[in-house]
Amino acid sequence: MKITLNNRTETIERDTMTFEELIEYKNFTFKLLVTKLNDKLIKKDERKITFINDGDKVVILHMISGG
Amino acid sequence: MINFIFALHQKIKVIGFMNFSRIKKILRGKKVGIAGCGGLGSNCAVALARTGIGKLVLADFDVVRKSNLNRQYYFTDQIGQKKVFALADNLYFINPSVTIESHHTKLNAKRLLKVFKDCDVVIEAFDDAEMKEMLIETCMEKFPGKPVISGMGMAGFGNNHSIRVEQYGNLYICGDMETEISDNMPPLAPRVGIVAMMQANLAIEILLAIKPAKL
Repeated sequence: MKITLNNRTETIERDTMTFEELIEYKNFTFKLLVTKLNDKLIKKDERKITFINDGDKVVILHMISGG
Repeated sequence: MINFIFALHQKIKVIGFMNFSRIKKILRGKKVGIAGCGGLGSNCAVALARTGIGKLVLADFDVVRKSNLNRQYYFTDQIGQKKVFALADNLYFINPSVTIESHHTKLNAKRLLKVFKDCDVVIEAFDDAEMKEMLIETCMEKFPGKPVISGMGMAGFGNNHSIRVEQYGNLYICGDMETEISDNMPPLAPRVGIVAMMQANLAIEILLAIKPAKL
């Protein structure tokens, strides 16, 4: 499937996967993430039950301490 | 969408030539929320006050410490003072026409919704990653029309070119998106200052280009 991840087009070698699987697949390692699917906020506990499909717009942001 | 971006770009290009009196006249009617008055928040607030923003809503639970003075807009005689009040004093000395609302409190979802309700733009200037997450998630859910400008990744020194802006709808992220503070990666005035100025610059760009968010 082809998705947009953080404003960039990505080809993923799967037809579908959960948000949780995508996070592992793309190696987002920080503990705290803000995630969005097609402009809708996806909370942490929803990531296991939310599926990513072809054409989806995905945002995964690391929360980084400092300021 | 492309047309919209083009139109916005055109508009920004036009008002990029605006004279300072006109800029101040527009900004006088605007209200910006600053969540956290540390390295990002204090410096960003100073830039916005100098440019003539009408109202700043400051929120922070901390007091000024000696270790803050390597990057935060406070002075040695303010050590021990509550940051929101010390910053309000400094802003008043810079530009007394700015109205300041100080909240000495630790923000949670409920409080931030109340405190920043009428703000045209919210600056996320916390140091703690969990607080950043809380603010971004809360604003995206409850204030979908309100621009939020977050600071993410500014520790250490050097590497100017790594600092940038990314936009995801109404959420703007300024920073290098990767450096986390640690003993060997301290937050220092230059890189924290660059990100704070980028947040202020972006806030001004948004405020001069669009109508206030509908609430």
